[in-house]
Amino acid sequence: MTSDPSGRLPAAYLVPGSSSFSEFVREHAPDLLPARRLAGAPAPAPAGAGERAPHGTTIVAATFDGGDGGGGVVMAGDRRATAGNLIAQRDIEKVFQADEHSCVGIAGTAGLAIEMVRLFQVELEHYEKIEGALLSFEGKANRLSTMIRGNLGLAMQGLAVVPLFAGMDLALGRGRIFSYDVTGGRYEELHHHSVGSGSVFARGALKKLWRPGLDADGAVRVAVEALWDAADDDSATGGPDLVRRIWPVVAVVTAEGFRRVGEEELEAVVTDVVARRHGDPGGSRALLRAQDGGESA
Amino acid sequence: MSTPFYVSPEQLMKDKADYARKGIARGRAVVVLAYAGGIVFASENPSRALHKISEIYDRVAFAAVGKYNEFENLRVGGVRYADLRGYSYDRSDVTARGLANVYAQTLGTIFTTESKPYEVELVVAEVGATPAADQIYRLTYDGSVADEHGFVAMGGSAEQIGAKLGERWSEGLDLGAALRLAVEALGSDAAAEAAGGGPRAIGPEQLEVAILDRTRTRRTFRRLTGPVLAAALSAPTGG
Repeated sequence: MTSDPSGRLPAAYLVPGSSSFSEFVREHAPDLLPARRLAGAPAPAPAGAGERAPHGTTIVAATFDGGDGGGGVVMAGDRRATAGNLIAQRDIEKVFQADEHSCVGIAGTAGLAIEMVRLFQVELEHYEKIEGALLSFEGKANRLSTMIRGNLGLAMQGLAVVPLFAGMDLALGRGRIFSYDVTGGRYEELHHHSVGSGSVFARGALKKLWRPGLDADGAVRVAVEALWDAADDDSATGGPDLVRRIWPVVAVVTAEGFRRVGEEELEAVVTDVVARRHGDPGGSRALLRAQDGGESA
Repeated sequence: MSTPFYVSPEQLMKDKADYARKGIARGRAVVVLAYAGGIVFASENPSRALHKISEIYDRVAFAAVGKYNEFENLRVGGVRYADLRGYSYDRSDVTARGLANVYAQTLGTIFTTESKPYEVELVVAEVGATPAADQIYRLTYDGSVADEHGFVAMGGSAEQIGAKLGERWSEGLDLGAALRLAVEALGSDAAAEAAGGGPRAIGPEQLEVAILDRTRTRRTFRRLTGPVLAAALSAPTGG
C-alpha cells in the first residue's frame, strides 16, 4: 500500500469520481489485486500448478418462494478442498456473505477465489458507503463478472475461479442466481444451479427435488440432499463428516438479510438425511414421499 | 515589477484561520455524544441525500460541518483509506486514530501550502468494546487534533451548544436520553438564545441522526430515520 511521505492522504484518494474499490486499487495499488499477486509467477505456469493448488469443489443454490410469504435463496457448499488426489482441507468454507442481501460461493482455485471474494465484499461495501445507496442486483452480478475477467490469464494457466452468485433482488422481490464462466460470462439460472466438480450429480438431485412453493427449510433440505448426492459420486466433494461434526456451510438470504444456518439446525437436517438413507441410499424418494404426505422433513 | 508587500507569517496564518472559522460558523451544528450503547451523531439537516454524518468502516464514523464539497472530498478519501487498509491488512487494523492522523496531515498541509484553507471541521469516532474504549477525535481546519471525552459540538453556535452539553451530559446515558439531549442542545443555538424562551423545537424530519451501535457485530453504523427515530426519541429513560 503506497503512502505519501508527509502522511497526508495521497492526491489520488481525494479525486472525486469512481465509487469502485477495485478500480481504485487497480490505479493506486495494483499489486493488491488477486490476479496481480501472482504476476511474478512464470508464464505459462509450471505444468501441474493447477493440480497442486487447493481446489474448492461443489456449491449448490436454490430459490424458494413459498411457505411463510417472502421468497429468497439458499446456497450451500461442502467443506472439502482438494490438491490433486489429496484432501487439502476438511473444513474449508466456500460460501460467503457478499453483502446484506447476497452471497457468493466459490469453486476452483481456492486461494485465488477467496481473495476474489474478499475484494468483491469490499467492492460492494465501498460502493454503498461512497454513494450512500445500494448497488442493484444486476450491478453486483456485473461487478463480479468484471473481476473474473481480470483473472482470465491465470484461468488459462489452470488457475480458474468459478463463483456462483445468489441473493435477494429487492427491486423484484425474489431470489436470483447467477452463474459464471472463466471468461466472465454471466448467466442467470432459473430456480436452482450448482457449480464445481460434483455439480453434475448435484444438478440431477436438484432437478428432482426442487419444486415451486418450497419454503426456506425445504430449500435447505434440498440443498443438503443435493450435496450428499454430489459427495456420493464425486471424490472431490466432501460429505457431511459425522465423526468430526463438520456440516456443509448453508446460507439463507431473504428480504430480511443474510443468515447462516446454525450448527444445531444443520446437524438436525444432516442426521435426518443420513437416517433416511439407511438401507435406501438413493434417499430422494423418501423426501418426495414425505413431501407428498404433507409432512415436512 | 513591483515588490510584493511583506506579510508576516503570523498575519498570514491569522487571516487564513479567520477565514476558515467564519466559513465554519455559518453552517448548522453537528453534535457527537457517547452513550452507554455506543456513540450518537446528530445534526439539523433536512436533506435526505446530502449527509453530514457517514460510515467510514466497521466501527468508525465521520461527521463534518463546513463546506460540503470539501468535507465530502475528505470523506471519500477516508473511505478509500479505510477500505484499502482493511483489505491489505485486516478489518481490525482500521482505527479512528490512524484515520485522524491522515486527516490531520491532510488538513495541515492544505492549510499551510494552499492559498485557501478548507472550511471544515471534522469528528472521527470509533466505538470500542466498552464505553471506556470509545474514541472521539475532533479535527479543525488547520489540522489540529483534539481527543475529546464524552461529547463534541461543532459548526454554528458550537459554543452555546457545547456549553449545554457540558452542563447536562453524563456517562452512561441510554440512547433515548442521549438523543433528547442532542436535540435540545442543537435547539439551544444563538438564535434561540437571542429570542429567549428556551431551546427551539426540532422535529424528527429535520434531523439527521446516526449511531455506532456497540452491540452490533461487524458494521456497527446505523442511520435512524422516520418512525425508528421518532420511537427512539420518545423511548422512556431506563427502557
